[in-house]
Amino acid sequence: MSSIAKPKQFQLPRIFPRPKSHKGLWYWLATVDHKKIGTMYGLVAFFWFLVGGIEALLIRLQLGQAESSILSPEVYNQMFTMHGTTMVFLVVMPLSAAFFNWIVPLQIGARDVAFPRLNALSLWVFIFGTILMNISWFVGGAPNGGWFGYPPNSSLGFNPGNGITYWVMGLNILGVASIAAGLNFIVTIINMRAPGMHMMKMPVFTWMTLITSVLIVLALPILAVAGIQLTADRIYGTNFFNSEAGGDPIFWQHIFWLFGHPEVYILILPAMGIVSEVLPTFSRKPLFGYTAIVFAGIVIGFMGWFVWSHHMFTVGLGPAANTAFTITTMLIAIPTGVKIFNWISTLWGGSIKLNTSMLFSIGFIAMFTIGGLSGVTHAASPSDAQQQDTYYIVAHFHYVLFGGSIFAIFSGIYYWWPKFTGWLLDEKLGKINFVLMFIGFNLQFGPMHWLGLNGMPRRIYTYTEDMGWEDSNLAATLGGLIIAISVLVFLGNIILSKRKKQNSGGDPWDARTLEWSIASPPPHYNFVQIPKVKHIDDWWYRKYPELLEGNNQNIKKQKIEVEDSSNVDESKIHMPDLSYYPLIIGVGLTIAALGVMYTYALVTIGLIMVFWGSIGWSTEPVNEDSKEHH
Amino acid sequence: MSTNVTIHHGEEINNSTGVSHKKLLMWTFLGSDVMFFGTFIATFMAYRNKSLNGPYPEDTLNIPITSVSTFVLLMSSLGIVLALHYLKEAKMGLAKFWLLLVIIMGIIFIGFQIYEFSHFAHMGMTPQVNLFGSTFFTLTSLHGAHVSLGILWLIFLLINEHRGNLNSGNAIDLEIAGLYWHFVDIVWIVIFALLYLITANDGVPPGSIPWIGGH
Repeated sequence: MSSIAKPKQFQLPRIFPRPKSHKGLWYWLATVDHKKIGTMYGLVAFFWFLVGGIEALLIRLQLGQAESSILSPEVYNQMFTMHGTTMVFLVVMPLSAAFFNWIVPLQIGARDVAFPRLNALSLWVFIFGTILMNISWFVGGAPNGGWFGYPPNSSLGFNPGNGITYWVMGLNILGVASIAAGLNFIVTIINMRAPGMHMMKMPVFTWMTLITSVLIVLALPILAVAGIQLTADRIYGTNFFNSEAGGDPIFWQHIFWLFGHPEVYILILPAMGIVSEVLPTFSRKPLFGYTAIVFAGIVIGFMGWFVWSHHMFTVGLGPAANTAFTITTMLIAIPTGVKIFNWISTLWGGSIKLNTSMLFSIGFIAMFTIGGLSGVTHAASPSDAQQQDTYYIVAHFHYVLFGGSIFAIFSGIYYWWPKFTGWLLDEKLGKINFVLMFIGFNLQFGPMHWLGLNGMPRRIYTYTEDMGWEDSNLAATLGGLIIAISVLVFLGNIILSKRKKQNSGGDPWDARTLEWSIASPPPHYNFVQIPKVKHIDDWWYRKYPELLEGNNQNIKKQKIEVEDSSNVDESKIHMPDLSYYPLIIGVGLTIAALGVMYTYALVTIGLIMVFWGSIGWSTEPVNEDSKEHH
Repeated sequence: MSTNVTIHHGEEINNSTGVSHKKLLMWTFLGSDVMFFGTFIATFMAYRNKSLNGPYPEDTLNIPITSVSTFVLLMSSLGIVLALHYLKEAKMGLAKFWLLLVIIMGIIFIGFQIYEFSHFAHMGMTPQVNLFGSTFFTLTSLHGAHVSLGILWLIFLLINEHRGNLNSGNAIDLEIAGLYWHFVDIVWIVIFALLYLITANDGVPPGSIPWIGGH
């Protein structure tokens, strides 16, 4: 800190006063609290989960019987494109981000993330990006090129509407949000761990967040480049994917999947982190093979970069490339298998408590294993040549992304809900939610395996009766409806449990990691005292120190309570003040992106807002009260 | 990018590595930016000698002129090192002088780029004309956008230096901008080597139409 007396800090003239009140809408628009930001990520992503689910249901209703005409072929294309894009970028990624935001600072014993305003920026850019992409429904048709957007199908000549451009601009805006959040969490995890928490004492969820964030900041720029090139082709007439000028549509496939395969691990690693927290807690045992699980995660994150061409086995890259990518793809099953065996070993011999969260985690292991095994079958390029673009592939990736990611996310919701709110979700309804989702999921995606092996191609809007696909498709549609009911049960559970408000206390599960050592919901500064960490699962060993001496018999829980934050002098804890500049930059970026499609006037307005927001941001003090003291 | 010295929440208590949050953020961001430029450079190399019609690199690129702007940009890296050095020693006059010089050198570089672009456009080389044009203009203009952003940032810092808000106590803010500036320079070394020095003699690829110049 400088000892030189400073002149008054320059500040932009304010159009609105800096928000102070910690209540009301204005507070939510200007908050920089990682917990509030996490809540908003969760709510917005859950809204899109419902939208993406309705899109899926419409697809299933259309395919439920042969030659039905609920959706026209054009709308069907828009539906599967937006279902895929929504579920990947608007649901699983931001739901993971909601957990990163809520849980990571609490698990590492920090009061917030490293850059709270940057965190708010990620949130707002994300929210406006989702809106931007979905505006396309109302202005001439949603994107219809699949979530991978292959040219020339996505080129202007074959796709003259604005849908694809909305898709690309939306993805690029969402990419900005993801990269900013990724950078923030890397710095937070590397730099803000509580004293004593070495890297190898971090909770596994935090580890997986770190690996995911590294993948995000390295993979999303590649998508950004692909997006810029496609936009330039569509709007400015460049030749990147224009075969008439020598451009190569296959080049898009390479860069898209060079992003797209790490993206798959961006979707699954947070889920693996959640499961690695839930299983030890409800087995009342340490995670089996902590080091192996962490290193398996790192190896997956690394090897994820060398498998992208397995999405392109039928393109005709030649036997050398196909063999190489077959081998790398099969190798990646090894670290994944290491994790699965470690999770099963964690359960082995534990005092297992089968509550909803645990059921979802065990369901995750089973479903993810099935999805992983079917994945190995198309890692072999000759067998993939039979499976490419069939429903077998659809079955595979839904087993890893729904049976994997979404199951783990539900497990995480049931697990951390009392930490978020201070009250418990109802267990009976929770179990109904799990059972319905489990049955519905398998009924929907199980039959797709044999549909695909019987030759039913993906992305067809209908089929004829004589194909013999009707029974399996009807079963899949019924499964989809059962999943929809299970989601309604989940929403009902929230409403009914909120009415009951069964107080959870700070540590309802007798859990292991630091987030359970403080009150629920946590005070806005999280920890009254920054904890000093000695062990992996530090909170557990503070409660049961005898376990450290190898004594497993007649253990008594120490009388140790979660941190009491009722009589704290909050003026001694300086937290960053509210700021509306992140919101302004988010709006500006989105307006600029819209302007690229319509008029440069909008681009100019958007960039002025971004500039104004940036200058305002960098000249306002982080914390107004503390500036006199330092 | 904050230039004030208020205490960051938790920065004192929680700093596991001893590297400031901001510096770590910049290094991480640069890692991300490597992938951004890397993909554009890969695109350029993948499409090298694939244009079906002219103008080709040998018709357009002018190594001597671009060498001058390259030299100016590289010297600006030295300038920002000196600006930071004098700022840390609290020699404010020299610090401001060198920072101003860096800004001027950055503007000269952008000036050369604008000249080059308009010259190319005048001879009929546009982003639309062929693959060389598409890949060349996207890569160099996005690099130019990075330099321009850097210039705005340095101007902002120079104003703060002038008002006394940036001093030896928070020289880290200039150091971080310097990291960014050096990175953008290093990227230009790669671009200059690949897009100019190596491709400058690329003529008509086999099977493509020779360029007869003009419109």
